[in-house]
Amino acid sequence: MKRWLVAVSFFVVATALWEWLVRRGIWSPVLVPSPLDVGRYLITAAEDGTLLQATMVTLRRLVVGYVVSLVVGLPLGLVTARFAVCQDTLGLVALGLQTLPSVCWAPLALLWFGQTEGSMLFIVIMGSLWSVLLATTAGVQSVPPIYLRAARTMGSRGVHTWLKVILPASLPFVVSGMKQGWAFAWRSLMAAEIYVTILTGFGLGHLLHYGRELHAMDAVLGIMLVIIAIGLLADKLLFARAERWLHHRWGTGAL
Amino acid sequence: MNPLLTDELRNEPPEKLAVHHVSKTFHTAHGPVAALDNVSLHVREGEFVCLVGPSGCGKTTLLNIVAGLERPDRGEVLADGKPVRGPGRDRMVMFQEPALFPWLDVLGNVLFGLKLKPKLTSAQRREVALFYLQLVGLEKFIHANIHELSGGMKQRTALARALAPNPRVLLMDEPFASLDAMTREQLYGDLQRIWSERKKTIVFVTHNVREAVCLGDRVILFSPRPGRIREEFAIPLPRPRDINSVDVAQYATEITQALKRANLPEHTS
Repeated sequence: MKRWLVAVSFFVVATALWEWLVRRGIWSPVLVPSPLDVGRYLITAAEDGTLLQATMVTLRRLVVGYVVSLVVGLPLGLVTARFAVCQDTLGLVALGLQTLPSVCWAPLALLWFGQTEGSMLFIVIMGSLWSVLLATTAGVQSVPPIYLRAARTMGSRGVHTWLKVILPASLPFVVSGMKQGWAFAWRSLMAAEIYVTILTGFGLGHLLHYGRELHAMDAVLGIMLVIIAIGLLADKLLFARAERWLHHRWGTGAL
Repeated sequence: MNPLLTDELRNEPPEKLAVHHVSKTFHTAHGPVAALDNVSLHVREGEFVCLVGPSGCGKTTLLNIVAGLERPDRGEVLADGKPVRGPGRDRMVMFQEPALFPWLDVLGNVLFGLKLKPKLTSAQRREVALFYLQLVGLEKFIHANIHELSGGMKQRTALARALAPNPRVLLMDEPFASLDAMTREQLYGDLQRIWSERKKTIVFVTHNVREAVCLGDRVILFSPRPGRIREEFAIPLPRPRDINSVDVAQYATEITQALKRANLPEHTS
């Protein structure tokens, strides 16, 4: 309760300071609009439905791209960890491509898929797939061999060992990889929506882009706040629970 | 005497484990190391055998071979007369580390092996798991997380997990080595009680001679490089034995002296 109060007062004070800096003219309203203007924009955009529509378009792309990354990345990560030949080939490709900002794929994606949802998904998947894959591989390779020996004496073999021992034992790595993958998917999608204009749906990135074109900084900041809020919400709803469970079970993270 | 008659009149417990002329060499960066050289060992049903020796004498390797976790270069191991080809639920292993799974609670860990046993309903599995958790005195901690347990409780959980599939043979690799003296003494008592109640055959590896005398019907002394059986001691003391008793100390002294001889090179030039 006390921590909650501290957090709320922090944001109230920060917003008040922002408003004060704009009113005193220390921050030019052309460059930084006042929080009241941003709030007004958000209310208008929420009322006329553009905000909700853009959010739904963006979230759909994000979720589809992320789920594909998980469905492809987890098994590929297991395979990479299991076979040396995959480690030397696929593992290296993954490591290389992970360092590549996925928006670099935009020119090729446009050429291959045109101005379609496919382009968007491709860029999102290229952004998040590799961290999921690499984290899964790292997780599998860090499983203590004694777990496998113990499991073998109890009669666990093959698929059972993979599903009931190796996968759960690498969960701490896999979950942090999933979290990183989510963050990368989010970033990639925003970059893609700002760079690539497609007609099948205007996402938050497009709104941000038009805000820039029209020099409507209240819109730009408002959209940014929405993007941050969605990121925070996803973290709290999806990953914080999983991490809390991991800490509880494994006895890690005393703080 | 007529061989058939000899057979009929035989009054020996059946042989549970037979190790026949087993050799094993590890190839390390510093060249080959003969971990075991032509080792033979016979363990009767219900016997408690302790393998003692200095580190590097191959006693753990022998245990792993009996468990089926490693294969011998030469020789073979028979369990109930059948050659060992891999790990089996008839021979459960307890390691020096508890090797419990941190993603499961205490009950989940004990259930792990039971779930791999066919022909049991989940209610029956739970009942069996609870029975063994009670046997090791952890009935109040069935839903505890592994990291919340003390070292002794962890090894008790590991013992319950090893007992749960109801193996006839328990293979224990220095299971109490990392515990404090008080906890260890409690576990000596519990292990002797469980061994006689559940009538298991136990092969117990240790470098602690007193521990071996306190627990074993027989103590097998190994000598290192190459790992060979050096001497065998029968311990005909009544049970339950107390590790601090004078009798245990006397046997331990005798074996310790033999151990010191075993540590010396066999032929001094």
